[in-house]
Amino acid sequence: MTDSHDNTPAVPEEPIANPGLPAHEWRPTDVDERAEKRAERQIAGMFALSMVCAFLFVVAYFTLEIGDNFDTFLGLGASTVALGLALGGALLFIGIGIIQWARKLMGDHEISELRHPAASSEDDRAATLEALALGGEESGIGRRPLVRNTLLGAVGLLGLPAVVLLRDLGPAPEDKLASTIWTKGMRVVRDVVGTPIKASELEIGDLVNAAPEALFPTEENGYPEIEGVELQVQKAKGAIIVVKMEPGDIVPAKGRENWTVNGIICYSKICTHVGCPISLYERTTHHVLCPCHQSTFDLADAAKVIFGPAHRPLPQLPLAVDEEGYLIAQSDFTEPVGASYWEREKE
Amino acid sequence: MSLDTSKVASSNGSSAATPSKPSKIGGVATWADDRLGLAGAMRKNLRKVFPDHWSFMLGEIALWSFVVLLLSGVFLTLWFNPSMGEVHYEGSYDQLRGIEMSEAMASTLNISFDVRGGLLMRQMHHWAAMLFVASMMVHLLRVAFTGAFRKPRELNWVIGCLLLLLGTLEGFTGYSLPDDLLSGTGVRAADGFLKATPVLGSWMSFLLFGGEFPGDSIIPRLYIIHVLLIPGLLLGLIAAHMLLLVYHKHTQWPGPGRTEQNVVGFPMLPVYAAKAGGFFFIVFGVTALMGGLLSINPVWKFGPYDPTKVTAGSQPDWYMGWPDGLLRIMPGWESVIFGYTISWNVMIPILIVPPLMLVILMLLPFIEAWITGDKREHHLLQRPRNAPTRTAVMVSLMTFYGLAWAAGGNDLIAIKFDLSINQITYFMRVMIFLGPAIAFFVTRRWCISLQRHDNEKLLHGYETGIIMRSPDGGYSERHLPISETAAYTLTARDRDEIYTVEGDTDANGVTAPGSRVQALRAKLSEKMYGYNVQKPTAAEIEEAHHHAAHEHELEAGLDHPADGHQFDGHSDHTVEEAPLRSGH
Repeated sequence: MTDSHDNTPAVPEEPIANPGLPAHEWRPTDVDERAEKRAERQIAGMFALSMVCAFLFVVAYFTLEIGDNFDTFLGLGASTVALGLALGGALLFIGIGIIQWARKLMGDHEISELRHPAASSEDDRAATLEALALGGEESGIGRRPLVRNTLLGAVGLLGLPAVVLLRDLGPAPEDKLASTIWTKGMRVVRDVVGTPIKASELEIGDLVNAAPEALFPTEENGYPEIEGVELQVQKAKGAIIVVKMEPGDIVPAKGRENWTVNGIICYSKICTHVGCPISLYERTTHHVLCPCHQSTFDLADAAKVIFGPAHRPLPQLPLAVDEEGYLIAQSDFTEPVGASYWEREKE
Repeated sequence: MSLDTSKVASSNGSSAATPSKPSKIGGVATWADDRLGLAGAMRKNLRKVFPDHWSFMLGEIALWSFVVLLLSGVFLTLWFNPSMGEVHYEGSYDQLRGIEMSEAMASTLNISFDVRGGLLMRQMHHWAAMLFVASMMVHLLRVAFTGAFRKPRELNWVIGCLLLLLGTLEGFTGYSLPDDLLSGTGVRAADGFLKATPVLGSWMSFLLFGGEFPGDSIIPRLYIIHVLLIPGLLLGLIAAHMLLLVYHKHTQWPGPGRTEQNVVGFPMLPVYAAKAGGFFFIVFGVTALMGGLLSINPVWKFGPYDPTKVTAGSQPDWYMGWPDGLLRIMPGWESVIFGYTISWNVMIPILIVPPLMLVILMLLPFIEAWITGDKREHHLLQRPRNAPTRTAVMVSLMTFYGLAWAAGGNDLIAIKFDLSINQITYFMRVMIFLGPAIAFFVTRRWCISLQRHDNEKLLHGYETGIIMRSPDGGYSERHLPISETAAYTLTARDRDEIYTVEGDTDANGVTAPGSRVQALRAKLSEKMYGYNVQKPTAAEIEEAHHHAAHEHELEAGLDHPADGHQFDGHSDHTVEEAPLRSGH
C-alpha cells in the first residue's frame, strides 16, 4: 500500500452536493417572552421540587422504622421505599431541570469545529525521532550490548521476587484434595443435627443428606474438637447423600458388591464437574441432578453420568452397619471427591 | 420561518453569544491561572463541540453509573466487614437470628436491616452495577455497528473492551462478597474452574483461597480486589477512554454540513456540560428509584453459605450467564494423558472460549482495517446496513452470546415452558454453531436489501401509498422524490473499494514475497464488499429524476410540469386541482 494518504480523513465522493448546515430555527422560548418565562418557572419549579424531596428524605430517615418491620410496604421496608423515592426525586428533579434549562433557555446554535488528524505534525515527528536517536546515541545503549543485556536481565529477574512473594498466599496442595475426614468405622450422621442413622429407619425412596460424625464431636463419640476453617473444609468435602432403593435395582459396580447395606447406597454429594452440592433427586428413576449445571447421575448404576457436563461418576462411600445397627463407613472415599484437577489420577 | 426575531430572548441571540467583560468568575479564573496556567488548555476545550445523537448517550450511562457505584460503594464499606470469621447473627432479621454465619454475611444483613438507608444503598449499588455492565455492552454494540472503531479510534475500542472485562470481573467479585448461599456456590464453581487449569490448577486454588476451599481468605481477598485493585484500573482506563474521546473529537452522523473534516454540535459550555451534568442526576435518580422500589439480591432469603447446601435455579448475575451457559451445554469431556487430568468440559467453556471471544472482539477493527486496506481516518458514522459484512459479524457474535446466555438459563426455560432440559441442551449444542452462521447470512442479505431500498428511494423517490390508474387501466403506485437533505444524507457514505493484488508475479513469473497473504486479503475483501450495493452516481440520480419528472407529467396528465408535490399536500396547487379522477 502507498502510505502517502495515511492520516487524511476519508472523503466520500458525493453525488449530491452537500447542502450545508440547515438554518438555525427559533424555539418558542426564543421569540415568545411568555414561553420563556414559563420555561423559567418550570425549571425553577423542578429545582424547588428537588428541595422538597431532599427534605422528605430527611423526614423519612428519622420517622420510618427499620429492623423487624423491614417488609411493611410492597414487601420492602417503608423506610427503603420512602428513602428511595425521596432520593430519586431529589436527584431526578435536578437532572430534569438542568436538561430543560439546556433545551429551552440556553443558546442552541449548533457550531462547527474543524478536525485535525490524530497524528502529530511531520515536524514534531521528525524532531521526536531525532531526540530518541540522540538519546540512544548518547547513552550508548546500542554500542554497549553488555551493559544493555545485563540490565535487561536484571530487570527481568525482578519478576522472580514478585512471583515468589506470592508463594505464601496459601499452603501447598500436596495430597490434601485426595482424602476426606471419613475413616473406617465412622458413623454416618444426618447433616445439621448430627444424629446417627439406623439402617432400619430408612424407607425405600428415602434420600438423606448426611455428614461424617467427626464433624459433630461429643464426649460420647470422642472425636476431637473441630471448628472454623477446618470444619468448613471438611464439610465441603465430606458431604454425602444416603439413598435407599430396592436392592434389586442396584447395579453393583465391580469390586463394590459389598459397599451397600440392604439397598442403602452412599455417594459424595459434591458434583464432579465444578463442585456444587448436588441435590435434586428423582426417586422413581434414581437420578440425581446438580442444580448448577444440570449434570445428572444414575445412583442405581454407580452414579454414572447420564447427562450434562460432568465426566466422572460421583465417588461412592463404602457402607456397613455397626453392632448397634447404625450406618458406618468402611473406609474413606477411594478417589478424590469434587471437581477434577491436574494431578487427580496421580498417587 | 417568518417569526418576529426582534424580541429574541437574551440568552440566545441571532448568533452565538460573545462574552461580556470579565466578572467575579474572571477574577477567580485569573487567580487560578496565575498558579496553574490552565487557560491554554481550557481555551480549546471549554467550547469544544460535541455532536448530539441519542446513541451517544449510552456510554454516558456507563460513565455515570460508575460514579454512582463509587459513591454507593464507599457508603457500603463503612459497615461491611469482609471477614469469614464465624459469628452468631443477632440482628433484626428474625428468621436468621442465632444462626452461625460469616461476619461478611452478618454485616451485609446489618446493612440491610439495621442501617437506615443501608438496604437502599445496597440495592442501588447492585442495580448500578447491572446498568454499568449493560450500558457498556450496548455502547460497544453502538460503536461496532456504526463503524466508530475505525481509525483513529482502534485503541479506544481496545480500552473499551478491557473496561467491559474489568466491569464484569468487578461485578463477580462484588456479588461474591456477602458470602450468602448463592454467591458462595458461585465461588465454589470458580474454585472448580481454577482447579481445571492444566499444571497449575490446584496450586492456583490453594493460593487464592489460602488453603483448601473454602478457607478463610477468599472474602477479604475478593474484597480488596473489588474495592481497590479493579476500581483503580477502571478509573485509569476510563480516564484514558475519555481523554482519547476528547482528543479524537466525537464521531458524528453524516448530514447536511457534517463532513469528515468537521464536527458539528453544541459547545461543551454551556449546553453539553448542562446536558451531560443533568444526565448524571437522571442516572443517579433512576438508580435511586430502582434501589428503593425493586428488590435485588435478597441475601437474607438465600441464607449464609454452607458448603453442603445449594439452591435450585442457582445462577450468576446475568452478565456471567454466557460462560455459565457454555459450561452447561458442554459435553462431559475429560482426558487423562500421562496420568494427568485435562478437564475439557471446564477448560473449553470457561478458560478458552471467553478469553478467545474477548481477543476476537478487540481485534475486530484491526482485522477489518487489514482486509480493506483502508488507512484513512473516519469520523462519519456508518449506518449498519452500509457495512453489511461487519454488521453480520456483529449480529453473529450477538447470536452466539445470546444463545450461550439462554443456555445459562436452561433450567429456568425448562421449568417455565415445561420443556425437557435435556432437549434444550441438545438443541443448544447444535444451535451454538448453527445460530451464528444463520444470523450472519440473514443479516448480510437483510443489510444489502436495505441498501437497495435506499437506492430505490434515491432514484425513484419514496412510496406515497397513492395508487394511480392509468387511462389504459393499469395500476401503479406514485413515488415522490425525497427531500434534498434526506437524499444527501443517504449518499454521504464511502464507496467500497475491493482490495486487489497488483502484479503478484513479476516479469519472470516469480511470485512476489507475501503474495499468498495478499491474495487471501484480496479474497476476503471481495467476500466482504463484493455483494454490497454502492450508492448511485450523480449521473444515475440525474437520469432517474429526469425520467421520473417525465413520467409524472405523462401519467398525471398535468398541463404543467410536475413538481413532485402534487399529492402530498405540500404543493402550490391544491389537491382538488390535481385531477385524480378527471372526467368523472
